[in-house]
Amino acid sequence: MGATIRPGDHDPLDFLGIDALLDDEERLLRDTVRRFVAERILPDVATWFERGTFPKEMAKEMGALGLLGMHLEGYGCAGTTATQYGLACTELEYGDSGVRSFVSVQGSLAMFPIWAFGSEEQKRQWLPPMAAGEAIGCFGLTEPDAGSDPGSMRTHARRDGPDWILNGTKMWITNGSIADVAVVWAQTDEGIRGFVVPTDTPGFTANEVGGKMSLRASITSELVLTDVRLPGDAVLPGVVGLKGPLSCLNEARFGILFGAMGAARACYEAALGYARERIQFSKPIASFQLTQRKLVEMMVAVNRGMLVALHLGRRRDAGTLTAEQVSFGKFDNVRQALEVARTARSILGANGITLEYPVIRHMTNLESVYTYEGTNEIHTLVLGEAITGISAFG
Amino acid sequence: MKIAVCAKQIPDPATPYDLDPDHHWVVRPDDQVLDDTDRYGVEIGLQLAEASEGTVTLFSMSPAGTLQGIRQALAMGADKAVVISDPALKGSDAAVTAKVLAAAIEREGYDLVIAGTESTDGYTGVVPQMLAEHLGVPSLTFAKHVEAADGTLRIHRQTPEGYDVVEAALPAVVTVTAGVVEPRYPTFKGIMQAKQKPVEELSAADLGFGADDVGAAGSGTVVEGVTPVPARQAGEIVEDDGEAYLKILEILERAKVI
Ligand SMILES: Cc1cc2nc3c(=O)[nH]c(=O)nc-3n(C[C@H](O)[C@H](O)[C@H](O)COP(=O)(O)OP(=O)(O)OC[C@H]3O[C@@H](n4cnc5c(N)ncnc54)[C@H](O)[C@@H]3O)c2cc1C
Repeated sequence: MGATIRPGDHDPLDFLGIDALLDDEERLLRDTVRRFVAERILPDVATWFERGTFPKEMAKEMGALGLLGMHLEGYGCAGTTATQYGLACTELEYGDSGVRSFVSVQGSLAMFPIWAFGSEEQKRQWLPPMAAGEAIGCFGLTEPDAGSDPGSMRTHARRDGPDWILNGTKMWITNGSIADVAVVWAQTDEGIRGFVVPTDTPGFTANEVGGKMSLRASITSELVLTDVRLPGDAVLPGVVGLKGPLSCLNEARFGILFGAMGAARACYEAALGYARERIQFSKPIASFQLTQRKLVEMMVAVNRGMLVALHLGRRRDAGTLTAEQVSFGKFDNVRQALEVARTARSILGANGITLEYPVIRHMTNLESVYTYEGTNEIHTLVLGEAITGISAFG
Repeated sequence: MKIAVCAKQIPDPATPYDLDPDHHWVVRPDDQVLDDTDRYGVEIGLQLAEASEGTVTLFSMSPAGTLQGIRQALAMGADKAVVISDPALKGSDAAVTAKVLAAAIEREGYDLVIAGTESTDGYTGVVPQMLAEHLGVPSLTFAKHVEAADGTLRIHRQTPEGYDVVEAALPAVVTVTAGVVEPRYPTFKGIMQAKQKPVEELSAADLGFGADDVGAAGSGTVVEGVTPVPARQAGEIVEDDGEAYLKILEILERAKVI
């Protein structure tokens, strides 16, 4: 084989040859999700975004493919590796952060706690239909007055004979209004506990949040729980305390640090293609040094972020990944992706503000991704504490 | 029903491949993918197998080193694969390929053989018919719909006007045209299971061929030369000054379209 590599030999979309770090199975899975996204998501996602909807029917298609709870074992789940889960998130978010959010919430925030902390009965009842996309789940942690500090939540559950009575309000809950089941975290006398709440339980209402300018192809809702009576076995038996919801978030963040690189790649690709074709001052705008700088920064960010993601994936599969390392990935990859999206937006000029191109959709979506699952600031403090030993929260 | 599906691994069409300058053979990289047109054959095979509680076995003549494309077809649901892989096969033409595939399929046993109409790298489009000849069974071609039951194969054969309904007794060989069904996605469970599915690797000798029977030595076809497709001419641009339709009509008339 030729040993000399000429400038034009580099694949601008995989500059570092990261593809070669994947095995055949990972590539097959990635290519399958890529094809699914190209055929089933990309043709319509701008319309969903514009209308502010997520078509519920997609859940079954995603379930059939194996996307829902893919990294969990048993109960109808595919049982992929963590790296494979991450690669799937990258491809999904190449489509749209809202679509990836659906999969993250279903698999990592709703199915995972049932899988990890649920009773055998809860697992049997909920996991197979959730894996198939026949039942949709949501995760209720955040409240109007408890965001970054979930420990201050006011939602509570009290005993009433053998039953539990739940009261409180949850806010910004992805999938809330389309969910069949909500995993709701609430204060109890023993500490914070998780409850599996079928959404048709009397006293449970979900109101969709309107007026969003971000993650529009995803449903976000307020959950209102008014004297919701649940049987004693509705509680997740396996965990007490904030570590319950935080372990779910850790799962989901892992997907996000891969996912963000999908959104970034989509923006970079769009900008690269556009810059080569758009002529101003009788030249492609890609021939201006200022534009080249932007394209190079984007390319480097996308490759570097993907390497970080893959490295964390390998650690996860080897059982050596820490929560702080996940924070590293969430912190850096999402901010890099947002920067890539903004830069791409500028390269596209006026076209960059329309849904004709994916860029502004990704750019505004990433504002949500920047905030949810631990804000950029909170992850900074996690990392700050990890390297100094000093907590700077509150 | 025992269904054999011919599945070819080819260089990724997204990355242009090279021809070896001496023989004009496609230089096969280590990484090859399933020929996209074969996904249709696999899909039809799977549908027929599901309807008849049958099995789908993939047959592929392929250089060693890559099973990525085969795994993809296994992940879609095929039961097993037989891969004929041997350095001696390098340079085999369509006739030798058909002979080798026929030997492997015969050895395994079959009721129906499904193949694509032509591969996306070589485009000879003659292997399936030669294969049928070697097997001594009927060959039906260009199927856009396939039924197989009670010992009879019935297809809708694509024609320029519509389709012909054609029948043959099983066992038989059928070629399916691309785009006629929607090939399923490999499911994640399928992908996870694919690596446990049996892949039998055979050499030319396992099928009773000597070195002279196969590869370049056994092939009568010699590619004498390759000419690049001429670059497309720039189109004619008609500026609309309000009268452009006249010019367009004139062009269409010149082209005898109207
Ligand atoms: C589209 C979307 C979907 C969501 N889906 C879900 C869901 O499904 N389930 C769920 O439970 N939640 C969900 N959330 C909520 C999300 O997790 C919270 O928005 C997030 O935790 C931040 O909380 P907050 O918005 O209340 O901001 P706040 O916590 O009020 O933060 C406001 C600002 O103050 C900063 N800040 C706060 N504390 C500190 C500190 N100690 N030091 C420095 N800076 C600090 C923050 O970083 C931020 O910049 C979703 C949010 C969005 C936007």
